[in-house]
Amino acid sequence: MTTDTRPDGTATGTTEIREPTPFSAESVAPVLVTTERPPRPSALTASLAFGWRAVLKIKHVPDQLFDVTAFPVMNLLMFTYLFGGALAGSPDDYIQFVLPGILVMSVVMITMYTGVSVNTDIDKGVFDRFRTLSLWRPSIMVGYLLGDALRYTIASAVMLSLGMVLGYRPGGGVQGVLAGVLLLLVFSFAFSWIWTMFGLLLRTEKSVMGVAMMVIFPLTFLSNVFVDPRTMPGWLQAFVNNNPITHLASAVRGLMAGRWPGAEVAWTLAWAGLLLLVFGPVTMRLYSRK
Amino acid sequence: MNQPTPAPAVETAGLVKTFGGTRAVDGVDLVVPTGTVYGVLGPNGAGKTTVVKMLATLLRPDGGEARVFGHDVVRDADRVRSRVSLTGQYASVDEDLTGTENLLLLGRLLGHGRRAARERAARLLDAFGLAEAAGKQVKQYSGGMRRRIDIAASILNTPDLLFLDEPTTGLDPRSRNQVWDIVRAVVAQGTTVLLTTQYLDEADQLASRIAVIDRGKVIAEGTKGELKASVGAGSVLLRLRDPAQRPRAAEILRRALDAQVQHEHDPVALTARIGASSTATAAERAAGALAELARLGITVDNFALGQPSLDEVFLALTGHGADGPTPRTATPGTTAGPAGTTTTTGTERTA
Repeated sequence: MTTDTRPDGTATGTTEIREPTPFSAESVAPVLVTTERPPRPSALTASLAFGWRAVLKIKHVPDQLFDVTAFPVMNLLMFTYLFGGALAGSPDDYIQFVLPGILVMSVVMITMYTGVSVNTDIDKGVFDRFRTLSLWRPSIMVGYLLGDALRYTIASAVMLSLGMVLGYRPGGGVQGVLAGVLLLLVFSFAFSWIWTMFGLLLRTEKSVMGVAMMVIFPLTFLSNVFVDPRTMPGWLQAFVNNNPITHLASAVRGLMAGRWPGAEVAWTLAWAGLLLLVFGPVTMRLYSRK
Repeated sequence: MNQPTPAPAVETAGLVKTFGGTRAVDGVDLVVPTGTVYGVLGPNGAGKTTVVKMLATLLRPDGGEARVFGHDVVRDADRVRSRVSLTGQYASVDEDLTGTENLLLLGRLLGHGRRAARERAARLLDAFGLAEAAGKQVKQYSGGMRRRIDIAASILNTPDLLFLDEPTTGLDPRSRNQVWDIVRAVVAQGTTVLLTTQYLDEADQLASRIAVIDRGKVIAEGTKGELKASVGAGSVLLRLRDPAQRPRAAEILRRALDAQVQHEHDPVALTARIGASSTATAAERAAGALAELARLGITVDNFALGQPSLDEVFLALTGHGADGPTPRTATPGTTAGPAGTTTTTGTERTA
């Protein structure tokens, strides 16, 4: 054992690879001397820092915007022209009804990517690093959702712009539209906690997507997004009328049309509160236990 | 840095973690003194990472106790978190972000103001030789650079205890040496380092005390010297010119080295395991044996001296009970052969 003990471990392999930046460990010692250890950041600072990370990820991996732009655009064009004539006499008339609905459907659908992001991060070591920090624990999840809020906003802007081009004329004007989008963001923020939970619970990205589809498809289609539920059989009406997506779609539709659908807005907010109260704590419990 | 606390950096008692039916960690007792590098040595799946994850508050122990600087890792998790940091086996920075962005993010999360975080990030990138790559996404970094940014992230606030989970696995020798140098610099500043590794060589280079862990249990613990003495000093591989001289050569080696001698498949090759000795180093004893062979007219074409490999440590520790350094009978099919003798630097990496 004593024959080959290198005094400093640098005797071998020093000439093999040249990296662009020369590196020597001597330079490391001075940066270690800094001993200042600031107090832990506030909940808001930590959440915003994680939100900033989510925005940076959108900047570096812009392909994820494809899901939030191309997909909603496709939905809007497809459903407007496919159903417009049959359901409302003309696409022009139908879009007045269906655009807020498709907006709701598309944004609710893309909430599932929150779960996918959580899941991919767990696979990588970065999640472990965040968990070893002394922080307000939900901040990482809030950070994801802040980044997602940006994506939802982009999706809404794209769809509304296209809708206007296709002939959508919201009676509520700018204020009505903004109020509708805001309500949609609030609901989606709360709804996303379902996916943070599944992101932590399930093993792979694929299973997160799978479960998300199973939940989101029936929830968005069995609602009043596309048609008035009055022609549906009674048992289906019972589901549709109590579906949170129905409340959300009615509320957004009403706000954008310039009405004040107080009851629907209240229902939507109540659902949002309930989702947050149930899935928020479950998520945080899973997060601590992971 | 080291605060005037009498508590050891790490203290565990009967630590247990089960996954499904398997006890990944099965009653681990460790005491890591402050200000040193403590090596946890073991093969893949031995439970090293699980131990580290429990100590870093990432996993909840199923049994036993663990304290970091006197704080319980479950009840006082937040206190523990404020004093440790972890560089895992896999990149523990965000690969989609640039080097600067990663360090800025961490700086903010550690409570630094915007400006302080920016300054600290720049200084660290500079010190770790990553200034040119600062604006590139981490996924474009080489393995060595990635490990450096990982460690830089871990010491953004100089921690009291740094966990390095297999920090050099998969690195080329140059990058490995750089990591070793960084670890030495970190310890010189007073940080305690708990290092897990599969490589005896690495533990030997860095650690002052070593715990050998296998199937979730600590099977040996002590200083480097104690551990090595329990395995023997190493082995020597000889190639003779004349195969007919092999039996005589074996006899001479046996006497000169007081060692087990094994005949290799190659008719001119011999391996001798050198027992531990307090009076002479393995090299001195091997040199003596070679001189003896030369004196008796046996021509040696080639020879190599090697350290015990981790395989041998393991065989010695697990295969033959607690008797310690009793010489082993070479069995065909085991690794008792020339492990560790393939290079003259003798740092064979098995496992």
